[in-house]
Amino acid sequence: MKELVEILAKALVDNPDRVRVNMIEKDKSCIIELRVDPEDMGKVIGKQGRIARAIRTVVKAAATKSNKKVVVEII
Amino acid sequence: MQAVEKTGRTVEEAVELGLSELGVAREEAEIEVIEQPSKGLLGLLGSRPAKVRITVKNSPSRRAREFLNSILKALNLTANMVITEKDQTISVDLEGEKLGILIGRRGETLDALQYLMNLSVNKNQENRKKLVLDIEGYRQRREETLKKLAHKLADKARQRGRSVVLEPMNSLERRIIHTALQGNEDITTFSEGEEPYRKIIITPKR
Repeated sequence: MKELVEILAKALVDNPDRVRVNMIEKDKSCIIELRVDPEDMGKVIGKQGRIARAIRTVVKAAATKSNKKVVVEII
Repeated sequence: MQAVEKTGRTVEEAVELGLSELGVAREEAEIEVIEQPSKGLLGLLGSRPAKVRITVKNSPSRRAREFLNSILKALNLTANMVITEKDQTISVDLEGEKLGILIGRRGETLDALQYLMNLSVNKNQENRKKLVLDIEGYRQRREETLKKLAHKLADKARQRGRSVVLEPMNSLERRIIHTALQGNEDITTFSEGEEPYRKIIITPKR
């Protein structure tokens, strides 16, 4: 899951080497924190958060396999 | 850029070898024949194999393939990918087992993936391509379902003489319904509401 967020983020930004993904696992959920270069913020959020929403949709789909609730946070 | 040099009895054989080693389709590669094969004397003396050089083009379809392959790998999924390019549109079709999770409810995940793929492939490009992603023929099936639904609900609107409100759909799906009912003289269709809850209303004309 963490890997997936990393792949998606790196595919969208101009500075892929500045992408940092951190996963905090809990019992029934996990939080994935995504950090990108400040210049690339727009590329992972998008107008009206459209890109962020698409990333979350794909990650949510991937998470159904593990039965966990996944939250993707862009910091 | 990735490239290999291959030899084979015929040019064709050498090309095949190279393409399978690079794992790319013919359209995604540049093929250069370095040496034509020669049979030599009586097919024995001085025969020479064919030699080709194959270079992977950094084309949009190549980037699309790489993007999807990395995602499939991260999800432990395997799929057969067919990419066809026509004018400014690149269609990517995935076939394989367990790909249902990539379609999602009402194609929600499929649309998200398609959107991200478009952004990624067209990133910093002057010439933008339109990428259409389909999985297991979902879009085709969905289109047929929507057309049937459109005609059924149009009948309902006629019979009752009242408007019929459809559930919210995205613009592509609404378009399919509008188009399907366009030729009908006795009903009209229009959309109402704000995205993503915009929905179609079918009204009988009076």
